[in-house]
Amino acid sequence: MLLRHTPDEITERKALTVNPAKTCQPIGAMYAALGIHNCLPHSHGSQGCCAYHRSALTRHYNDPIMGSTSSFSEGSSVFGGQANLLDAITNIFTLYKPDIIAVNTTCLSEVIGDDLVQIINKAYDEKKIPEGKVVFHANTPSFTGSHVTGYANMATAMVKTFAKSSGKKNKKITLIPSFIEPSDMSEIKHLVSEMGIKYIMYPDTSDVVNGPLDGKFRMYPKGGCKKEDIEASGDSIASFAIGKLGAGPAARLLDSQCKVPCHIVELPIGISATDAFIEELRKVAGVSVPESLILERGQLVDALCDMNQYTYGKKVSLVGDPDTLLGMVRFCRDAGMEVLHVVTGTAPTGMKFEKTVKSLCGENVVVKTGLNADMFLFHQLVKENRPDVIMGNTYCKYICRDMDIPLLRVGFPIYDRIGHSYVPVVGYRGGMHLLLKLLDLLMDRQDRDAPEENVELIM
Amino acid sequence: MSEKYEMKVPGEEFRDELLEAYPPKLAKKRKKQIVVNQVEEGDVVPQILANTRTAPGIITMRGCAYAGCKGVVLGPTRDILQITHGPIGCGFYSWLTRRNKTRPTSPDAPNYMTYSMSTDLQENEIVFGGEKKLMAAIDEAVALFHPRAIGIFATCPVGLIGDDVHAVARQAEEKYPDINIFGFSCEGYKGVSQSAGHHVANNKVFTDVVGLLDKPKEGKFRFNILGEYNIGGDAFEIERLVGLCGMTLHSTFSGNSTYDEFCSAHTADLNVVMCHRSINYLAEMMELKYGIPWFKVNFIGAEATAKSLRKIAQFFGDEELIARTEKVIETELAEVAKVRDSIKARCEGKTALNFVGGSRAHHYQEIMKEIGIDTIAAGYEFAHRDDYEGRKVIPTIAVDADSRNIEELTVTADETRYAPRISEEDKARREAAGFEFSDYRGMMAEMPENTLVVDDCNHYELEKLLEVYHPDIVCAGIKEKYVVQKHGIPMKQLHSYDYMGPFAGFKGAINFYREIDRLVNSNAFKFAKAPWDTNPELAATYGNE
Repeated sequence: MLLRHTPDEITERKALTVNPAKTCQPIGAMYAALGIHNCLPHSHGSQGCCAYHRSALTRHYNDPIMGSTSSFSEGSSVFGGQANLLDAITNIFTLYKPDIIAVNTTCLSEVIGDDLVQIINKAYDEKKIPEGKVVFHANTPSFTGSHVTGYANMATAMVKTFAKSSGKKNKKITLIPSFIEPSDMSEIKHLVSEMGIKYIMYPDTSDVVNGPLDGKFRMYPKGGCKKEDIEASGDSIASFAIGKLGAGPAARLLDSQCKVPCHIVELPIGISATDAFIEELRKVAGVSVPESLILERGQLVDALCDMNQYTYGKKVSLVGDPDTLLGMVRFCRDAGMEVLHVVTGTAPTGMKFEKTVKSLCGENVVVKTGLNADMFLFHQLVKENRPDVIMGNTYCKYICRDMDIPLLRVGFPIYDRIGHSYVPVVGYRGGMHLLLKLLDLLMDRQDRDAPEENVELIM
Repeated sequence: MSEKYEMKVPGEEFRDELLEAYPPKLAKKRKKQIVVNQVEEGDVVPQILANTRTAPGIITMRGCAYAGCKGVVLGPTRDILQITHGPIGCGFYSWLTRRNKTRPTSPDAPNYMTYSMSTDLQENEIVFGGEKKLMAAIDEAVALFHPRAIGIFATCPVGLIGDDVHAVARQAEEKYPDINIFGFSCEGYKGVSQSAGHHVANNKVFTDVVGLLDKPKEGKFRFNILGEYNIGGDAFEIERLVGLCGMTLHSTFSGNSTYDEFCSAHTADLNVVMCHRSINYLAEMMELKYGIPWFKVNFIGAEATAKSLRKIAQFFGDEELIARTEKVIETELAEVAKVRDSIKARCEGKTALNFVGGSRAHHYQEIMKEIGIDTIAAGYEFAHRDDYEGRKVIPTIAVDADSRNIEELTVTADETRYAPRISEEDKARREAAGFEFSDYRGMMAEMPENTLVVDDCNHYELEKLLEVYHPDIVCAGIKEKYVVQKHGIPMKQLHSYDYMGPFAGFKGAINFYREIDRLVNSNAFKFAKAPWDTNPELAATYGNE
């Protein structure tokens, strides 16, 4: 057994996190920053932070993840990281020539109290930042929140730095997605485009971390939201925060800073959540739902009904990040599944998370969030009440192997399969993809486990 | 004398052009870290600047001291329970990401490798101190896992807020006298790379673990392998060969190891060192304290494996052992040759770049050469001058501020247990006959002249190397992998082996030849360019004409 030491009995823990169901803020900030065109994420801390974040994102996306670091030494940790950041800015603009440097802090630079506003202003004053180029920052201390908070903080910093209101609206809707896959960002753009709505999306990592192999390396790939578009988001007629925890803060700031009314919606995973998203879009933009989306929806409903017997009543346990989990719970309920456990290491502050999950799944569902809600606890819960399928990231594979439970990989990180960066889970087409994956898992099990006389040719 | 390699563009020319893009101060420093190789009589090679800070803003391959300590040296151990003291990230990223394989001896034997444990420090603890939480975390870990040893790893903020992991470890030991609890001051900002963390790890394992159990393992010809982390099962293959030869592997530091093997490692008669950079400190200290001699080995490549096995057998000097070892080598080499020759015919003359770690950039040059591939540029991520120029330069290495912060232990002979395994006279006699102890020739003496040696190679420089030299294959780590592959050039990860292996020993050599053959000769990368990219002119006519 790979997790042989996990006891069945659940005991209270207050200090020790075992097998975390979250990671730290800066990686989310780095990921968000990759969603700006011609932008280099920069980690203001020790080399190790940047190396770990780049490695984790590279393993997840199987694509180059560029990012630089202030390379703190013991001296900079004592005397402050100003000199390092100023040097870094010079070196980056000289060698790597981005238009924008997006700096995130780390626990190290936060603990020593580096004042990023002052340091960056000094860099402007000393002309270390070439004309027309931008350096901005987000505070992402690793000792609060999680990678989702870090993503939200960087998205918020984008609004703060760039969004301007000229007084003249541009008839566009600003879309701010939570920490989701590039494939999901593309799919959201597809939904919105099909409805004939002009949009601005940021962060937008599509065509950045799921790029082609064509014999050419691009330090700054084709995708990413352009600076001018982020600026113009201040003139948009409305904004949509897609995923409250990861995108809500940025949309709310855009509202207060530029008077762009914000609509905070859940991630459109599954039919009901996608319907809700489309409904809200339709009303805000004053458009009707096009035939193309009606067809996509109809096909998903068709598949769901045709195969309902294989998903209905199946038990599922989920672990991951709050925004994605909420969408996944809705998807599972659409398919008639019984949700046993929902666990996230991220505190879903202000989301009414537990309340929403319980309203969808009933009072018996076990919801654990925040500190000490880790995958060790998740494993214990799953041992106590065994599901038919687990949905979560790659680290679930150890639990799934020990317990012989199929795993539907979703969320972050996925280190051992590809596809998530190319094929979405959001929207109707994403729902179809999720449903197919789920059916393959459940039906392969049935084929494997059925007594010989009960093996079905036609299903 | 060393062979010469004719570079497509002379190294000096490449370097000068490369440096033009840097700000002047940085160009001056990098110039000392990029050397065109020359090898004079007595392995005299040009001096290289190494183990020096990476300039801020540079996209480096390097990581931090925590990664070197927890990730590299202690990570592969399965029954030392490891708690990361700090915010959640460091523990998360070092969770099973280095592929250190381990094989517990029974279904009940402890194996904590699949668990990542952290104190997940929150703002409140950063402000008021995290020692109490660490102590509580130890209590919870003891209650849940009943370990015999616990390692505590400090992260950046822990050092800054003044949490003393060693004091907490002592306090916890008083409470749990049967458990060995020790802390590592491996805050990420220490030193200039992972290397500082290796040293911190070596020191603590030496002072707090090795020597606790005076019980030798059963068996003849007992030795330890230091600096073998069992990535992809390399240690398993080495264990197989050692067993076939009839020798006894006492402990591996630290792949597929147990705590007890560490504790009793001082009872072995020899230490052999695989990864010189990460563990030479322990070899040195064990020699001083216990009288165990050491020498460098290399199990990467069939010839290197044969040479290393021979040297170990020679050390023990037993005729029967030497004969049996020769027999093993002969049988295994015959199998290797069957695979090697056809692959060599397909790979001959191809070129490689190799930028990995503190040993692999050297070790993998020979195995590449076995299938005809020339390494035209290589360098380490975090090595010191001795890894490049050989241990003979150690007395001349200047100690800078970053190195001075890492404790250098003063080691003296153990009063009761110091026992030189071979006498001074015997050692001198063997040395006179060409048997080298405490040796490492370094990478440069074994590289052809004119090839490039680049310390702490960064993204910009790697890109330039690709552009100018168009290598057929590149070896580095995960962060570099897809940068290289987007160019349509295959890339082999030599940290994780791309989830393959083993690559050590004879079976490993076969695996590696086949893998490189796949990479450089398979169709996949040939699709990088579409037909219309290479022949863009429109020659056809419209169908309706």
